[in-house]
Amino acid sequence: MSTAPAYSEDKGGSAGPGEPEYGHDPASGGIFSSDYKRHDDLKEMLDTNKDSLKLEAMKRIVAMIARGKNASDLFPAVVKNVACKNIEVKKLVYVYLVRYAEEQQDLALLSISTFQRGLKDPNQLIRASALRVLSSIRVPIIVPIMMLAIKEAASDMSPYVRKTAAHAIPKLYSLDSDQKDQLIEVIEKLLADKTTLVAGSVVMAFEEVCPERIDLIHKNYRKLCNLLIDVEEWGQVVIISMLTRYARTQFLSPTQNESLLEENPEKAFYGSEEDEAKGTGSEEATATPLPARKPYVMDPDHRLLLRNTKPLLQSRSAAVVMAVAQLYFHLAPKAEVGVIAKALVRLLRSHSEVQYVVLQNVATMSIKRRGMFEPYLKSFYIRSTDPTQIKILKLEVLTNLANETNIPTVLREFQTYIRSMDKDFVAATIQAIGRCATNIGRVRDTCLNGLVQLLSNRDELVVAESVVVIKKLLQMQPAQHGEIIKHLAKLTDNIQVPMARASILWLIGEYCEHVPRMAPDVLRKMAKSFTAEEDIVKLQVINLAAKLYLTNSKQTKLLTQYVLSLAKYDQNYDIRDRARFTRQLIVPSEQGGALSRHAKKLFLAPKPAPVLESSFKDRDHFQLGSLSHLLNAKATGYQELPDWPEEAPDPSVRNVEVPEWTKCSNREKRKEKEKPFYSDSEGESGPTESADSEPESESESDSKSSSESGSGESSSESDNEDQDEDEDKGRGSESEQSEEEGEKKKRKKRKKLPEGHGEDSSSDEGSDSSSSSSESEVTSESEEEQDEPASWKRKTPPSSKSAPAAKEISLLDLEDFTPPSIQPVSPPTVVSTSLAADLEGLTLTDSSLVPSLLSPVPGVGRQELLHRVAGEGLAVDYAFSRQPFSGDPHMVSVHIYFSNSSETPIKGLHVGTPKLPAGISIQEFPEIESLAPGESATAIMGINFCDSTQAANFQLCTQTRQFYVSIQPPVGELMAPVFMSENEFKKEQGHDDQKPADPASRRPLSSSQRASHY
Amino acid sequence: MIQSLFLINCSGDIFLEKHWKSVVSQSVCDYFFEAQEKAADVENVPPVISTPHHYLISIYQDKLFFVSVIQTEVPPLFVIEFLHRVADTFQDYFGECSEAAIKDNVVIVYELLEEMLDNGFPLATESNILKELIKPPTILRSVVSSITGSSNVGDTLPTGQLSNIPGHQVGIEYTNNEAYFDVVEEIDAILGKSGSTVFAEIQGVIDACIKLSGMPNLSLSFMNPRLLDDVSFHPCIRFKCWESERVLSFIPPDGNFRLISYRVSSQNLVAIPAYVKHSISFKENSSSKYGKTIEGITVTVHMPKVVPNMNLTPTQGSYTFDPVTKVLTWDVGKITPQKLPSLKGLVNLQSGAPKPEENPSLNIQFKIQQLAISGLKVNRLDMYGEKYKPFKGVKYVTKAGKFQVRT
Repeated sequence: MSTAPAYSEDKGGSAGPGEPEYGHDPASGGIFSSDYKRHDDLKEMLDTNKDSLKLEAMKRIVAMIARGKNASDLFPAVVKNVACKNIEVKKLVYVYLVRYAEEQQDLALLSISTFQRGLKDPNQLIRASALRVLSSIRVPIIVPIMMLAIKEAASDMSPYVRKTAAHAIPKLYSLDSDQKDQLIEVIEKLLADKTTLVAGSVVMAFEEVCPERIDLIHKNYRKLCNLLIDVEEWGQVVIISMLTRYARTQFLSPTQNESLLEENPEKAFYGSEEDEAKGTGSEEATATPLPARKPYVMDPDHRLLLRNTKPLLQSRSAAVVMAVAQLYFHLAPKAEVGVIAKALVRLLRSHSEVQYVVLQNVATMSIKRRGMFEPYLKSFYIRSTDPTQIKILKLEVLTNLANETNIPTVLREFQTYIRSMDKDFVAATIQAIGRCATNIGRVRDTCLNGLVQLLSNRDELVVAESVVVIKKLLQMQPAQHGEIIKHLAKLTDNIQVPMARASILWLIGEYCEHVPRMAPDVLRKMAKSFTAEEDIVKLQVINLAAKLYLTNSKQTKLLTQYVLSLAKYDQNYDIRDRARFTRQLIVPSEQGGALSRHAKKLFLAPKPAPVLESSFKDRDHFQLGSLSHLLNAKATGYQELPDWPEEAPDPSVRNVEVPEWTKCSNREKRKEKEKPFYSDSEGESGPTESADSEPESESESDSKSSSESGSGESSSESDNEDQDEDEDKGRGSESEQSEEEGEKKKRKKRKKLPEGHGEDSSSDEGSDSSSSSSESEVTSESEEEQDEPASWKRKTPPSSKSAPAAKEISLLDLEDFTPPSIQPVSPPTVVSTSLAADLEGLTLTDSSLVPSLLSPVPGVGRQELLHRVAGEGLAVDYAFSRQPFSGDPHMVSVHIYFSNSSETPIKGLHVGTPKLPAGISIQEFPEIESLAPGESATAIMGINFCDSTQAANFQLCTQTRQFYVSIQPPVGELMAPVFMSENEFKKEQGHDDQKPADPASRRPLSSSQRASHY
Repeated sequence: MIQSLFLINCSGDIFLEKHWKSVVSQSVCDYFFEAQEKAADVENVPPVISTPHHYLISIYQDKLFFVSVIQTEVPPLFVIEFLHRVADTFQDYFGECSEAAIKDNVVIVYELLEEMLDNGFPLATESNILKELIKPPTILRSVVSSITGSSNVGDTLPTGQLSNIPGHQVGIEYTNNEAYFDVVEEIDAILGKSGSTVFAEIQGVIDACIKLSGMPNLSLSFMNPRLLDDVSFHPCIRFKCWESERVLSFIPPDGNFRLISYRVSSQNLVAIPAYVKHSISFKENSSSKYGKTIEGITVTVHMPKVVPNMNLTPTQGSYTFDPVTKVLTWDVGKITPQKLPSLKGLVNLQSGAPKPEENPSLNIQFKIQQLAISGLKVNRLDMYGEKYKPFKGVKYVTKAGKFQVRT
């Protein structure tokens, strides 16, 4: 764009409302009013070296943009400042660039290199904002650069940058849709991300770029369900609505076999909701032999979704509540949908815009599931202060909810509404009364009488509306209401509202046998005023004339012909047409039309009574809560809600295979995820069930027992077992600690596997009670709870009372804070064989350094710090050893495990200059001089996280390379273990003073657990 | 998602526009003005308007319209919720959400909008996080920055952005560690013509103002938690704890926020503390029951259009009548059981106009200090995780919410 038109546009702008804005600015007002030079001044300010002047200039420019005025001629001057050091100037330049880059693409290219540099900045905020602007400037030439930047950012260390990458995907897609395939790859990668921060944004990108690629979701389905509660509100809405669609394609309809279940004795299980656990198992067993009409069994993943979304009904965000409500409406079995009513009613107290949307949805739901909202009938009562559009929607809901039992209350309520000052609302009320009358036969006469009384109302609109409604009601049983028709006929003189007049005329014509005397008289009057009438009235006059001509031709022949002649010369062609057509039909002409013999049949055929229906009927084929539903028309980009499949697709696609190298760290999580799958397979082959769940619990208790005893050998033993178990899940072997095992198993079933088996849990009951007082039991339980994602835990098992409040709190810390990417305190996990070797090596090499700390390495989960591929053969894991660091009591000691899987030795391993957030400090480990190929080494470093969960980022340097790595601690790892007896613990707990800053008095995670370690 | 945002004042001027994708011309707002004209009343402008190429979703707050332009399918509540969040943020930053305030701070507004949405999808909406990114204007800061040119934009990523604890800042140390809770209950009621209760429920909120250093872990318990029928939570609250023990356990964000809002709907729990007789005589009952006085009573009546003026004498308080909006406001003040306030007098009608059929309904405002009418009581507040002893305080207020008397 050249500058000339911009100037002229500006001139136009300044003459108008823009002027006062310059008046605002006392310093510049005088100068700038002289049009042409005013931007020169801004340019000068931008060219100076002073940041304050630049800032001032940018602020004025942004103010211009905000007003919608053109500032594009300043582009060259502004773009120069893109590399400005002052961060606020920079930000404002970004704002400007994003606004105008599209118009001045060539000049915009000047800024690209700055962003590319920004993408490499160590500050994650700068990296992210560089990517944001780069992807926002909409210049097609830089598509390859954007693609590259997105790909790189998608594997950035900082979740915030990854989130920005997810945001950039739809931007690039809208710029160049040819990149779709590559973008899908990035989406696939980001979908696998485990942080809540990324989840919402990437699902948003998925919805915009490739909503049809439902197969990408399979592997992430369970993760998304579990993360959901911790995702921010906006992400929740998007994820829930995507999962609704997903569920519709993957699961069977929960309502399809409802009739069958009715007869099924096992139905009781479904009735008693919470315990669907027992039901499913036995149900499944009986199900298999009947392939033809298999009783419905809810897929455990389907159940998982319903269960994990339910708590979100209590969200403060109306959008989230609505999203969950629509999910339940579309996916839940009938018996469970009810829970959403209460939450939706709560939203009615919100802003009127929210009410408007919610009421529209409630209106649709209340047609299909009336019972759901009946208890809340009164919440839909109307206040005189409600806006009219809200009143009318509430009326709609009230009408939908009216039934035989509550109709008296509803009608009484309607009576008060009729006296309202808001006439549109009164008219709607009368319509509503009409609908109640047609739907509920019992009150039809009462309603009709009420409406007839309204005919004497002083307000014409009220009368007219009543007439229209009465007309519809009379059609149902005209014979009994001759009086009313007479009454109406008399009203023609007074009522002026066309619709009402037309209705009366139609009624008289249709039922002229009930008013034989009056009808011709009415026609006479109408003929007189014919020319002055509205079109709809004219049409009905013709109708009336024709009908009277057919029944009473003696009296009305002339009148009819007069009316038809008038109509023949009417301005409206509809009326002329109608007149011509009617004349041919009723007046026998020379040709003697064959139809005229049947004229009577044609005109006076019995007509079916109209059905008064809600305008919200059948709107539920749109996904509720969507824009399309609100508009009752398909909006651009609306994704149809698919019908339930006939046959459920293979549920095993959702099983997550964990790649070898993450096995250790992800173990706990994976177990959880696979859980529902097992229950599924159990159903197919009933007896294998116990074998299935055993190895898991066994290995856990096994490894724990070994770690508790604190000896290296036994831990390696448990490793072996674990690996075996990984290979062969089905193998069931007895463990010597059957007590604990039983305990575990039982708990697992209670919480993680509600679909589990009732009979098993009863047999476990015994072992439970026998071990309930033992310490180990508390341990295992608490640890398990830590691992559960927030939404899992539904009830606290009774035995948890042995260490009540304090434990509750610390555990919750873990659940709530731990970003899911990081494994919570992986309990007695799985130390791989190589680790065992490590441990041995460790004791040898480092014993001089920290002898006391090394022997007991209890319950330590290794997590990956550097993958061997990324590290060019150097693999680094880390684990929290849960001991105070020997050098500094404020530090947490972290074990770092190096192993060299490359061909060449790695030399000079040390920590590079760390860039740390405030407060965090690192005690580096001593340099490892050389690591031969295939060899492993261990080091200990101390990190002071300053009691925050911020990640400590530092560089790991070898002689040749540097790797950026980051350790983020789960909260639980920030506490130091303390030995104390149970009594001491209780005493401490009573004081309620926790002092995490001071390790000596830190509250133990669970005292009894720690106690058992030492 | 959200493509553009226009702010429009009551007289129909577009005084701010912001685009997150390609620029959408202001002329799209013409559809909105059309709908506004049709609706006659600002409250009746439909929140969602469909135009040939776009959809307009708007909210009306503080005499401003926030009109957003949408191009593709999106849950309307998502947008509405976001727009309200924007308005709340302005309120939070500038103390008021008005045209003047927005115009004065247009740069900050722009920076805020830039942070809140990326490509139309919400990015940072928590006010605490935003305040770390963009510091709210204060007189001192504006003076300093105009002299030195220093920035009011933060250059590090707010910690809250990365953690799951919404908006708690780790590094801050307060000199006074305090935690105050306001339990505010509003009675929503419709009283029938005869004085009977047609509908009543209690809507309550607990607003918190918390300034605690470090990483405190609070748990708030009630004497009678079962009262709370339907609750919605601030994201910081641990839902499981509530489910299992009916205790609110949370790590608070800094500053003011709404902890929970709840509803008590059971009919019998709501004892209406005031009633109005149709002939507009005021009575108070149940004052002995609660032992509190009802104060700040205001009665507002929307008179029919045919009333040009009136001449009334109240026995207590004072009244005003606005002949333009036809609203009669009677400020009663306190009620003593001995003396019932009443308002009598002449209401003039336009000459020739028939007597209006309908009686205007009365809207009533009142306030009862130191009482939560549902009977909700906070039992105790415990803090874990920090050494110091915070100041704790709970205040109860009961107000009339949407309290209407039909006549």
